[in-house]
Amino acid sequence: MKDILTVGFFIGLLSATIRMATPLILATLGEVVCERSGVLNLGIEGIMLYSSLVAYLTVYYTNNLWLGVLTAIIVGILFGILMAFFSVSLGVSQHVSGLGITLFATGLSLFTYRQIIGAPTIPPTIQTFKTLTIPILSQIPILGPILFDQYILTYIALILVPVFAFLLYRTNFGLSLRSVGENPEAADALGINVYKTRYIALMIGGALMGLAGSFFTLAYFNMFLYGIVGGRGWVSIALTIFANWDPKRVLLGALLFGGIDALQLRLQAIGFNIPYQFFLMMPYVLTIVVLVLVARNALAPSSILKPYKRE
Amino acid sequence: MPFPKFRLVKREKISPTFRIFLPFIAIGVSFIFSSIIILLAGKNPITAIYSIFYGALGTRLGFLETIVKAIPLILTGIAVALAFTGKFWNIGAEGQFYAGALAATYVGISYLNLPNFLYIPLLLLVGFIAGGLWALLPGFLKTYLKADDVVTTLLLNYIMIYFVTAILEGPWRDPETMWPQSIRISENAIFPKLIERSRVHFGLIISILSVIAVYILIKYTKLGFSIRATGANPKASNFLGIDIKKTILITSIISGGIAGLAGVGEVAGLHYRLTENISPGYGYTGIVVAMLGGLNPFGVLLSAFFFAIIITGAQYMSRATGVTMFMADVIQGITLLVLLAMLIFYEYEIRRVE
Repeated sequence: MKDILTVGFFIGLLSATIRMATPLILATLGEVVCERSGVLNLGIEGIMLYSSLVAYLTVYYTNNLWLGVLTAIIVGILFGILMAFFSVSLGVSQHVSGLGITLFATGLSLFTYRQIIGAPTIPPTIQTFKTLTIPILSQIPILGPILFDQYILTYIALILVPVFAFLLYRTNFGLSLRSVGENPEAADALGINVYKTRYIALMIGGALMGLAGSFFTLAYFNMFLYGIVGGRGWVSIALTIFANWDPKRVLLGALLFGGIDALQLRLQAIGFNIPYQFFLMMPYVLTIVVLVLVARNALAPSSILKPYKRE
Repeated sequence: MPFPKFRLVKREKISPTFRIFLPFIAIGVSFIFSSIIILLAGKNPITAIYSIFYGALGTRLGFLETIVKAIPLILTGIAVALAFTGKFWNIGAEGQFYAGALAATYVGISYLNLPNFLYIPLLLLVGFIAGGLWALLPGFLKTYLKADDVVTTLLLNYIMIYFVTAILEGPWRDPETMWPQSIRISENAIFPKLIERSRVHFGLIISILSVIAVYILIKYTKLGFSIRATGANPKASNFLGIDIKKTILITSIISGGIAGLAGVGEVAGLHYRLTENISPGYGYTGIVVAMLGGLNPFGVLLSAFFFAIIITGAQYMSRATGVTMFMADVIQGITLLVLLAMLIFYEYEIRRVE
């Protein structure tokens, strides 16, 4: 117990917090973009899983990590287009089309992995990203090892937070996106193409979910496992609500949950006299608790779940 | 970029025949898409799909196994269909299934001094209550605290499954084999077999009774009217004097309870003990079953049987053709998406826009 309360423990914990927040930041930003345009994308869990597999397979065969990232993003975009086809072009239930995409992508992940890799006792591993230690900055005591000794995908995720805050609130595209999500009729009257804007939003969202997926197999683990995403897509849906659909608050929420994830792993390792599954439950329990706390005041984009039909 | 060239135009009338045939067309189309995926995997789609049907229907054993698989799917399908009818987005049938299985196992391994005609109803009762309470929690969170039901029901699945794993790897671990599974339940708690030399069990009757009960509930009772009205239009229901909160809470209990019964059936009818992987995703398949069945209880019965064919047949297919049995999961996903795309034809037809 004594060695918990050391500086080293906290540096390790905070560094892991940021690391484990990475896929949550990326996926939640993606979900925010989708929902801001008026589409709830429940395909998120499946999209992350399938893109993590494609990233893994790409690196497995080519040894090219960036090609793996790229293919994961492309997979995400393609699934984004599929989601847009259902929710925008056809205008069918967003709930069911998103779940359908998750079921399809999950099935496809299991199928693809088994068909290509088979069922070896030890899953084949790949060379993953190494942490990128930033010179000078990483020498800063305490802060250095926490902030500047991370995976490159983590830096990208952190940079994308202000980028998307800017995109949503300071650009014409962001204005169109938000107006389409709030009041598509009015946006349409102003000459904004509602369908096109939503398609683009779902493609951007899908790309971010794909990037999030690639983190699991190319940085966090060095292999593919069926449960590798483990509900983090659903956590991201909750984080979107927690963040009040605001990219800046996405960072806060993701760090909170990354922190819980990092903490529960350490508590497991210390080995209290409690089954380890109770630690594994913590992020899910906390997600529900936080959802309950913020749900009353959550103000979702007004047109969410409503398909737009131009008269 | 000329964006939508075609537009959906509202139909004036929907032919009822078309409505019934649509799921069948959807199945046909999804087999075409599935064939493409099998082709991409370098296998022959015709032999693969043939072997699914042969494996599931071609032999006595295969056919009876298909019925065994249909039992939990009918129940989770009905559970989801009822919930969706009332727009309670219960994606948590998987967790409720485990809750029911857990409770039934607890009673089953307590070796109560009861004859089977009392023991089995007790198992069903506790399984229903456990599943119902596990669904009532998100129902309560939705109605009173406005927490999104999709997210809460999904997350509760993970929590329940970790809980079951903790119990099976801890206090309930089988002392004989040391595997993470419970000991065998009492002989008096085991469901009777319905057909000689098969695994078809009493759960089939439970599932068919549930279909009939939910049909009557939705169609002919005041509660059923409230559920349908809440699902169709909550605001108007309020004007009609329907207590929406109460309706959602009751819907969640019944829906979760029925999913719990599916768990009871797998424990008491099939495995006689609780194992970690007792459900290969029956709760999630229930969503597809419910949608393909058009949220109609008798439709669910048929569509559960269809997916039981796919799941049972896929095991045979993987042995016969080398296409992995996960193809069953792919087919489920594709069928749901294709069906969803075709639902649009209920209301709309495609017309070219000049």
